[in-house]
Amino acid sequence: MSTASKAMAGREAIAVKGWLQAHKWLLLRRASQTFFLLIFLLGPWFGLWLVKGTLAGSLTLGVLPLTDPFVTLQGLVAGHIPETTALIGALIVLAVYALIGGRVYCSWVCPINPVTDTAHWLHRRLGLAKGWQPKRSTRLWLMGTVLVVSALTGTIAWEIVNPITLLHRGLVFGIGFGWALVLGIFVFDLFVARHGWCGRLCPVGAFYGLLGQRSLLRVTARDRVACDDCMDCFAVCPENHVITPALRGKGSDTPLILSPDCTNCGRCIDVCSVDVFAFTHRFDTNVSEAPATPADTRAA
Amino acid sequence: MPASAKPLSPQRRRFLQDTARMAAGCAVAGSALAYLARDARALPAEALRPPGALPEEDFLAACIRCGLCVRDCPYDTLSLAELGVDGAATGTPFFTARDVPCEMCDDIPCVAACPTGALDPGLTDINDAQMGTAVLVDQENCLNFQGLRCDVCYRVCPVIDEAITLELSHNTRSGHHAIFAPTVHAEHCTGCGVCEKKCVLPEAAIKVLPIRLARGSSAEHYRKGWEEKAEKGRPLVEDLIDLPDRLPGPGTDNLATPGGFEPGYNLPGTGQ
Ligand code: SF4
Ligand code: SF4
Ligand code: SF4
Repeated sequence: MSTASKAMAGREAIAVKGWLQAHKWLLLRRASQTFFLLIFLLGPWFGLWLVKGTLAGSLTLGVLPLTDPFVTLQGLVAGHIPETTALIGALIVLAVYALIGGRVYCSWVCPINPVTDTAHWLHRRLGLAKGWQPKRSTRLWLMGTVLVVSALTGTIAWEIVNPITLLHRGLVFGIGFGWALVLGIFVFDLFVARHGWCGRLCPVGAFYGLLGQRSLLRVTARDRVACDDCMDCFAVCPENHVITPALRGKGSDTPLILSPDCTNCGRCIDVCSVDVFAFTHRFDTNVSEAPATPADTRAA
Repeated sequence: MPASAKPLSPQRRRFLQDTARMAAGCAVAGSALAYLARDARALPAEALRPPGALPEEDFLAACIRCGLCVRDCPYDTLSLAELGVDGAATGTPFFTARDVPCEMCDDIPCVAACPTGALDPGLTDINDAQMGTAVLVDQENCLNFQGLRCDVCYRVCPVIDEAITLELSHNTRSGHHAIFAPTVHAEHCTGCGVCEKKCVLPEAAIKVLPIRLARGSSAEHYRKGWEEKAEKGRPLVEDLIDLPDRLPGPGTDNLATPGGFEPGYNLPGTGQ
């Protein structure tokens, strides 16, 4: 595919479905990301303490504790058994993401996502080369490294540099020079490695990916017979290797995107002008039989 | 070439190469992270941890940097360390006594808020807190040590007369006044920092230091004769001859005192 057509990804969907429909999940996702930031800012800005704390650990309405399980895990290997409140909080978060998809955290909650999304958008617009592309498994290696370093130094090691909590805490409490790290990630993703941070390096994403191995919420390429090979979904998907098995499957091959790398961002659903994709659950293996025309799918 | 040393299949070679490359990369990244993690342990002396904080090494394994303690502190004493601005490990709670000291809340809301136990829930009486120890670091500028009656640190101390007392001594400058020396008793001092905050000097003469800096320690084998005697009711070592003490004053061989007389012997090297 030429860089020009990549930069144009989604044009056809806008023309066919209208701008709003072609940005539905993106807009919802931005709303969700804003929500998860604002809900923490209501307290410090307006004195409305619905939620206290940060993404690492919070207390909602004075009763619901939530704790980041990866931070908790690092604490555990560093040798501290936390109080029950933190453990319960971590279990709740674990359960939720195990159900809806671990990397839903990445695309619907994480404050770094808008940063790397913007970098990717600009990357496509400028038609830059993909640059350094370390293996996707690098993040798993890094996750292991973080746990080893936590154990050896007896500290929650990743929290010293974790740009996610750094940015979130920074916005809620005060950022210091944390913005430099965030800017660094933006520049890295834009010029050094396309999708480099979230797609290849971030150990938090790796952890949540593992967490969502068997999750219920899935994207299906149910109408794959209608695919006109425009490749727009591949251009926008942050983990586009996950699409191939579902979209290119034949006959009884599952249409579900089952890779735990999928972030359930729904952008493929947005940019597809013939509505091949849809959200569903992991037991829904229905595939459309007859080649559906664009008009058919939208009428359905 | 012997048959056993068959060349590796290309896939296998590639796999081993990739694995080695990845492991090396992780070793580099891990060392950098470990360096930062060790660096983060060096808590600056003026950064005090909230009441009940575990010893620094354990604290860094326990605190998830959620900031709930900060939110529940009614006096806005605590803040979370910002990267490159405050010296404490990024995101961990601390306070600076001279800015806002700890007001020693009876219900210790910061400890109650902590979900992880980084602030030890075993601390139920705030008077048992040990955030640091106040030290009168500068006698030369302390007003009380000049013979004045400032007394501010003593009066503001929430543990007055236990953590800090005024010890009387003779004022040799004026010759006929007293010096009321503010004196900290570490076992009662909570390190709240109110004294440091309220010190009237432009730079406080009394400062709360981390205990590791503020305190010495007594060697384990030291025995204090007077304590042992009080406990046993008799001297530690029997049959010691108690020689007369040479006190200054008239009638002794101390020339410095009026009425003192020359000693009846000459010490070598005294020029006599
Ligand atoms: S005891 Fe009170 S004043 Fe002191 S740090 Fe805790 S909440 Fe703040
Ligand atoms: S409440 Fe506990 S875990 Fe949270 S920042 Fe304070 S000390 Fe750390
Ligand atoms: S820090 Fe100062 S005010 Fe606080 S208990 Fe110790 S001596 Fe008293």
